[in-house]
Amino acid sequence: MDTLIRIADSLQRGDDAQVGTLTAEALAAGIPAGDVLQKGLIAGMNLVGEQFRLREIFLPDVLLAARAMYAGLELLRPRLAQEGVPLRGKVVIGTIKGDLHDIGKNLVGIMLKGAGFEVIDLGHDVAPEAFVDAAVREQAPLIGMSALLTTTMVRMKEVVDLIDSRGLSGQIKTIVGGAPLSSDFAREIGADDYASDSATAVERVKSLLGVT
Amino acid sequence: MEGLLERLGRGDRLVGDGAWGTELMERGLPEGQPPEWIALERPEVLEEVARLYVDAGADLVTTDTFGGSSFRLALHGLAGERERINRQAVEAVRRAVGERALVSASMGPSGRLLEPYGDTSAEAVGEAFLEQVGTLAAAGADLVCIETMSDLTEATRAVRAARAAAPDLPVMVTMTFEPTPRGYFTVMGVSAERAVGGLLEAGADVVGSNCGTGMRDMVGIARELMRVSRLPVAVQPNAGLPQTRDGRLVYDESPQKMAARVPELLDLGVALVGGCCGTTPEHVRALRRAVDDWRARASRD
Repeated sequence: MDTLIRIADSLQRGDDAQVGTLTAEALAAGIPAGDVLQKGLIAGMNLVGEQFRLREIFLPDVLLAARAMYAGLELLRPRLAQEGVPLRGKVVIGTIKGDLHDIGKNLVGIMLKGAGFEVIDLGHDVAPEAFVDAAVREQAPLIGMSALLTTTMVRMKEVVDLIDSRGLSGQIKTIVGGAPLSSDFAREIGADDYASDSATAVERVKSLLGVT
Repeated sequence: MEGLLERLGRGDRLVGDGAWGTELMERGLPEGQPPEWIALERPEVLEEVARLYVDAGADLVTTDTFGGSSFRLALHGLAGERERINRQAVEAVRRAVGERALVSASMGPSGRLLEPYGDTSAEAVGEAFLEQVGTLAAAGADLVCIETMSDLTEATRAVRAARAAAPDLPVMVTMTFEPTPRGYFTVMGVSAERAVGGLLEAGADVVGSNCGTGMRDMVGIARELMRVSRLPVAVQPNAGLPQTRDGRLVYDESPQKMAARVPELLDLGVALVGGCCGTTPEHVRALRRAVDDWRARASRD
């Protein structure tokens, strides 16, 4: 079987040792690192994300697949840099100020990294300025915000407003998520998008950043 | 006072309480502090909320200790106050409810992903629950309420900890299920059937479901649970889903809307109905009325 297909397959099964071995094999055989990333790791992770979205599989399978993804990505990273292949894009994430819940945000981080994005995780209780400052400093085109409390989610609007007032609209987009949120709420505060769960977040981030 | 299992054993149907976090925020919980902060600094507020719920007709009143495990408290630098928080939370509810309601000692998830999915061992989580439940029991709780669980290993560790530290207290465990195209599962992929089997084996006395998406799904979950459980079943749903109205967030199920589904739950055989996120003393009052009406009807028929 084609090595890249086997990588995708092992990744879906969460077999991190096998993903590492096959990634090393693929590189040794002269397959470009960019192809190993796209047609092996990311192809596998896309299927995992889709299955999770439909709840054909559950979080444990996704976490194991993400770990297998990291195993391959670690080997690829130096080669990707050599070949000048960028990762899929940078995203700043965090839980909004006043909110200390971070399980959902952490899952989104795992899933985004698993999908090949570079993730700058600011943690929880993040001030609106800190989100925007980090996006500017890291040249990240997207900020992802999470809230679990109905009292803190309204704060997300401050980030959107801050992007506006600093003249960064169009350069920095925003996506929001968390249990009490909805797409209506996202629209109301002027966020660019909303995701109902971590698998959907990956899909929406891809679409916002225009990658496949 | 008659205990939980005695009441359930003679076929009584009980009413739980409602949400705590929102009530505490309205009474001065500082932004960024966990609800357990109140137990430490302002336990008199817990008495006030407990009184609201018992006056509304709750048979059980929950303690403000959902995040009272060392794992959760450590996130806020409060791990050193673990003993005091858990003890004061139980004592405050007892002072408020006396013998009018059972003091239901809450334990929520550790917030950690267990190995092999995360970096925390099942033993470490079990150890944290053992510490917490030891304090809750010693402070005089009437039952242990393990809630909002998604991971069956974590839930069974909590049950075993409760059994070990408080062998005389009944243990109720409720997990959070979500609707999927293939039925109801927790986010960790646990079906109602697997949950009930695992929790029964670990030594639970009452099993069930809390939180989630509201009454409609909860009726479906209850049907699943009743089909597979020979233990009493408890449900404590959210007041539907949160919506923004005039810039404010409200849950979309009114007390009346929630209460309207109570007869279905009781007809299925559900033993305890209470509320989770978004429910208020008014919701509990409506649940109380619905349960009493149903029982009056049942005794007439």
